Amino acid sequence: MKYLPFLLLLILQTRFSAAQDEDLLSLLEEEETTELVTASFKTTRVVNLHSLENVAGGVLDVKISHRFGMLNRGPYELFGLDIATIRIGADYGISDRLMIGLGRSSFEKTYDGFLKYKFLRQSTGKETMPISAAFFASTAITTLKWQEPDRENFFTSRLFYSFQLIMGRKFNETFSLQLSPTLVHRNLIATSAEKNDVMALGVGGRIKLSKRVTLNAEYIYVAPDQLAPEFRNSFSIGFDIETGGHVFQLHFSNSTSMIEKGFVAETVGNWGDGGIHFGFNISRVFTVVKSKIE
Amino acid sequence: MRVFSLLILLSLMVGSSVSAQKYFTRNGKISFYSDAPIEKIEAHNIQSTSVLDAATGRMEFAVLIKAFQFEKALMQEHFNENYMESSQFPKATFKGEIKDPAQVDFEKDGEYQVIVTGDMTIHGVTKPIEAPGLIKVEGEKITATSEFELIVADYEIKIPAVVRDNIAKTVKVSVELNYQPLKKGS
Repeated sequence: MKYLPFLLLLILQTRFSAAQDEDLLSLLEEEETTELVTASFKTTRVVNLHSLENVAGGVLDVKISHRFGMLNRGPYELFGLDIATIRIGADYGISDRLMIGLGRSSFEKTYDGFLKYKFLRQSTGKETMPISAAFFASTAITTLKWQEPDRENFFTSRLFYSFQLIMGRKFNETFSLQLSPTLVHRNLIATSAEKNDVMALGVGGRIKLSKRVTLNAEYIYVAPDQLAPEFRNSFSIGFDIETGGHVFQLHFSNSTSMIEKGFVAETVGNWGDGGIHFGFNISRVFTVVKSKIE
Repeated sequence: MRVFSLLILLSLMVGSSVSAQKYFTRNGKISFYSDAPIEKIEAHNIQSTSVLDAATGRMEFAVLIKAFQFEKALMQEHFNENYMESSQFPKATFKGEIKDPAQVDFEKDGEYQVIVTGDMTIHGVTKPIEAPGLIKVEGEKITATSEFELIVADYEIKIPAVVRDNIAKTVKVSVELNYQPLKKGS
């Protein structure tokens, strides 16, 4: 009994010293927040395919895309460097989820316009969403002179539509993967053996090699018996190099066209015999509307 | 003897509950400013959490790196991806204390100039810092403000040569914490 006060003091002492060392912040209950997963790709394209990323709201992204001729053209054309196909385009983020874009390709003198809406955004924390998903729709108009001007030609014959669902996940800091089921509708086709509607499945991914460099690849599988036999599946592989406001994408691809209706349904290059283009996309972003900060 | 010991116990408990008033905030504002030849960059975070123990003068705060808001979305992305590596180091924390806490009377309204010392952890690197601050007591409300500078390289945040003129080597940090009393369950 005699020792009780000492015992109590001892207990209190330890209690107090515990209070001294305690983590003050642990007194607050951790408030869980929802964190959006960002930067699954460096830019809005894998190579040709649209990636999981949108430009942010209020941001204009000017893209110059360029493909040289095929490597198998040999030394006379300096392995394709004498030839150039180009698309000049601009994408704009109306909001963080909705972006629109316009472009003009030298290949078949094509104008294209698209809309891309991100309806699921990968997130962690309070609200967890395992994937990001976007809907993409585009219209392309070729403006080449009619091959046979004497016959009756219809404007609608120049139109192509593409629809795509883009679904994917940033698995970790290094690796992102996406699937892009695609439908391309052509109003006019060359032969009745081809299909007006072409179904395809694109797969794209990236591996981050360093903070500013990633390795990207994409493959687009077109279901059989829809295209003429000379057309092949598109495969592209390359690097994204980011330097502040620019992203440089350098790659090899067997597709000449840089828009959906072209690289999905009109790819003729053969990787096996050097039917490959060296090319690049340059992306430069401009912040048109600055985000409001407190 | 028993009564005596109970009294000791009681007095200690009462004593501790009175003097151990703690204050907290969940929406402390922390901003930083980088003033480089080409570009001025600023970012604001209005979700910092902090606890201040009036009895001991100890204070801690934690800042979620991803909650810093920039004017330009790409800056924010690069800040997280390339500089702060916020997936790996999601929070910056400070653990420290008011030097000579006796000079601040938390019971009495007024403004008190203080020096705060402690350990700042940013990007996984902990450095001791010392900064001047101002504590304003208005009834139960306590506002703590401070401005200080941090050297980016101290925290092993690398600025590549290409953007040398875009990002300052030393950034100015301003802190504004509006504390309220911490009650059980808050």
